[in-house]
Amino acid sequence: MSLKVAQADMLEPFVVKVTSGPLAVRKALELVFDQLSPLTLDVEETSTVELVLAEALNNIVEHAYPPADASGPVHINIRHCKDGLHVQLRDRGRAMPDHKLPKGQLHSCDVDFSDLPEGGFGWFLIKDLSRDVEYTRLDGENRLKLRIAVAFRR
Amino acid sequence: MELQIKTESNVCIVSIHESRIDAAVALDFKEAVRQGTLDAPAEVVLDLTQVGFVDSSGLGAIVATMKHLAPERRLVLAGLTPPVEKVFRLTRMDSVFQIHLTLEDALRAQCE
Repeated sequence: MSLKVAQADMLEPFVVKVTSGPLAVRKALELVFDQLSPLTLDVEETSTVELVLAEALNNIVEHAYPPADASGPVHINIRHCKDGLHVQLRDRGRAMPDHKLPKGQLHSCDVDFSDLPEGGFGWFLIKDLSRDVEYTRLDGENRLKLRIAVAFRR
Repeated sequence: MELQIKTESNVCIVSIHESRIDAAVALDFKEAVRQGTLDAPAEVVLDLTQVGFVDSSGLGAIVATMKHLAPERRLVLAGLTPPVEKVFRLTRMDSVFQIHLTLEDALRAQCE
C-alpha cells in the first residue's frame, strides 16, 4: 500500500547536505526533489523550485567556494508551510560583496546583437520566482532565506 | 555533452541528447556546438526537445552560441519543454530568438 502523504498534510521539515564541487548542485537538487515527492508538485511548481534552488546553489558553488578555495559544506533546510516552501541555504564560503544581495536586474535585450547579456540572469530569476529573500552573514556563515510560493495548504 | 549534428536540406540540426543544460555542462555545450557547426550552412536549428531543464548558465551558453554563429549563421530554437520555455520567457530572451514549437515546425519554416 502506498504511504503517500494525503494532500492536506504538511511535509516534515528536512535538511539536505552536500559538499561544494562541480556536481554538488545536481546532487543537492536530486536529494531535495526526493524529499519533496510526496507533495506531487506539478510541472510549473517543480520548475520554479528547481530554478530558484539551482541558481542559489550555483552562486554558492561558483562564488562562495570558488575553484581556487577549498570546498566546503552547503546545507539546505526546507520547511513546508501553508504559504509555500521556506528555504534556508547555509555555507561557510566567501561572503557576498558588501554583505548584500545583488540587485538582480535584468539587462535590456533591446541592444545590439553582440551586446546581448550572456550572464547575470541568476539573481533576477531567484528574486522573480521567490518571496521574502533575505541574506545575512554571521559568524563566517552565509545564510540565504527565501520562500517559494508553491504547495499551498488551506 | 551528448549531441547529434546533421545537415538536412541545407539546414544544420543540432539535437541535444541531455536532460539538462546547466552550470555543470555549459562550457562543454558551447565548445561542442562550436566545433560541430564549423562547416554549417547559414541556418542552424538547436533542437531542445530532450532538454528538461536549463539554468542561467545554460541560457548564457545558448546566447553565447548564437552570438558566436552570427552574422554568417542564424541560430533558431525548437522543441522547448515547458521549464525551458519558462526561463526564456522570464528573462525576455524569447524576444531575441526565433523559437519554434517543434523541430518539424522549424524545418518547415526554413523551407518557406
